Amino acid sequence: MTKKHHIWFWYVFLIFILLGATILLALSIGEVNFSMTQLWTLFNEPEGIEYSIITNIRLPRILLGFGVGGALSISGLVLQAVYRNPLVEPYTLGISGGAALGVAMTIVFGINQIFPFMSLAVSGVIGAGLVIVFMYMISMRRSHLNINSILLTGVMISFITSSAIMFLLATTTSEKLQDIIFWTMGSLEEPNRYLIYTVVSVSVIGLLIFYALVPQLNAMRLGESQAKHLGINTTLLVKTLFVVASVITGISVATAGVIGFVGLVVPHFMRFLVGNDYRVLLISTFLGGGIFLILSDVLARTIISPNELPIGVITGIIGGTVFLVAMSKSKKLLKF
Amino acid sequence: MMKAVLSVEHISAGYKDEFMLQDISFELERSVFTGIIGPNASGKTTLFKSIVGDLDLQSGRILIDAQDVSELSLKEKAQKLAIVSQYFETPELTVEAYVLLGRYPYNNRFQFFESEKDYEIAHKYMHLTDVYQYKDKLLTELSGGAQQMVAITRALTQEPEILLLDEPTSHLDIKHQVQVLDLLRKLNKELKLSVLMILHDLNLAGEYCDQLLMMNQGAIHKSGSAKEVLNYKDIETVYDTLVVTQENPLSKKPAVFLVSAVVKESI
Repeated sequence: MTKKHHIWFWYVFLIFILLGATILLALSIGEVNFSMTQLWTLFNEPEGIEYSIITNIRLPRILLGFGVGGALSISGLVLQAVYRNPLVEPYTLGISGGAALGVAMTIVFGINQIFPFMSLAVSGVIGAGLVIVFMYMISMRRSHLNINSILLTGVMISFITSSAIMFLLATTTSEKLQDIIFWTMGSLEEPNRYLIYTVVSVSVIGLLIFYALVPQLNAMRLGESQAKHLGINTTLLVKTLFVVASVITGISVATAGVIGFVGLVVPHFMRFLVGNDYRVLLISTFLGGGIFLILSDVLARTIISPNELPIGVITGIIGGTVFLVAMSKSKKLLKF
Repeated sequence: MMKAVLSVEHISAGYKDEFMLQDISFELERSVFTGIIGPNASGKTTLFKSIVGDLDLQSGRILIDAQDVSELSLKEKAQKLAIVSQYFETPELTVEAYVLLGRYPYNNRFQFFESEKDYEIAHKYMHLTDVYQYKDKLLTELSGGAQQMVAITRALTQEPEILLLDEPTSHLDIKHQVQVLDLLRKLNKELKLSVLMILHDLNLAGEYCDQLLMMNQGAIHKSGSAKEVLNYKDIETVYDTLVVTQENPLSKKPAVFLVSAVVKESI
């Protein structure tokens, strides 16, 4: 361990503390506010309505926010590593849109009635996977594809999928309509505990797989051809990264709806904070994604309390702004 | 007889309906400094790409240390063959971190941190190429010449048998051209490193290379010492340009002079 590695350790430690603080904040704020002492007593005497609010309402949302935020953020980070551009992420590449369309179709055709458990998640993964296969094919067909045309293709895919969802909304029955609308708005409210556990486990597994590929990810910073010359099977690497990214994105979108720009904001901020080495950047981005989404959710449920804003509204406003700022100085940013 | 470090045996390669390399064979002896020259579209880059593995061979084979390259794993190949491309990415990395990436072919599958030995080797070559002074600077802050030196250093930390370079001097001024080629010559002598590089500039090729491969229309037109290859007849045939060749008064190596239209008319 060199001095550099010690600094990394402290960064990660600091981010863990921030995560802990965020979780405490999210537990205490809401329709009913608790002070830290109240939280402490509640944990010591686990009973009553207050305790039920904490464990049955707030804690599951926090857990889901952690899983989904982490998953979307590392997806974004890894896609950025592949395209070597800081503006790509599941949302801007249309992957979230693909997942959303998959889920909407499952609801409209009533497949989720036949297989209630996991059918939404599976259809999300399939939708995300199809878009990613498409993106992979058009990126690999020509060796030097302009990054602008990739982004434009992604935006068009998002556009097409959201129009297709509109079409489904216009033609479906009213009860299904409500299901889809509720879900597309994006929310961390999810009554199914097991689904939450699945999302969190899948994102952590995704993180571990990416960690196993960290030396290759770092070498990819030399560019694909140089990485190949160093002995990396870049084709296999890119395929693996794409598959894992589409699985964790698909599951997240299927559970929490389309939450845009998380994969853009968080890696962008973390690069600035901890640097570009994926050994420290990957875990920081994962934890940072959790923090970002949990905080966004706190905002979403407090701004117009007792009503709730869709969380996608919060991340969209913050993320879209960061996207614009990032794009305006992207000349400098492209070197990462 | 000394075994060749690189043998190219009857290779053909190329792009669909386009340019093709036809049945190329040559051998590279250990510790020899070799240049590939030839006009644009003569097949220099295609040959280079075939050797480094960016382009699949349609026939023939390539041996490094008498071992067929296609039987080596990508990592094993990277331990024997290091490549400096003409254009390389300049990521936001410090010089030290960039050079350390050259140790990748020796890493274990899940090696997370660089070992002491990796640092030792990286620093050794950074001292040798005199880029240690930039250790903590970002690659992007360096001049083109210094970046080229750093790229060569990264290739050296792969501790290869052969160093391949694609026009390492193409975008440098004469000071840095000489600096880079002097360095390569020094590495060639001190480390007994075999060097194979594409060069555009015939005078640099004549001055520095032990051996030259002159390419024309997808085949090797002539190979041999600089004196044998750089004569006005062969150059005029291959480049379709009138030249005069003479000896460099100091190095006694061949030098090539161009003949402009105005001069041509006056003689």
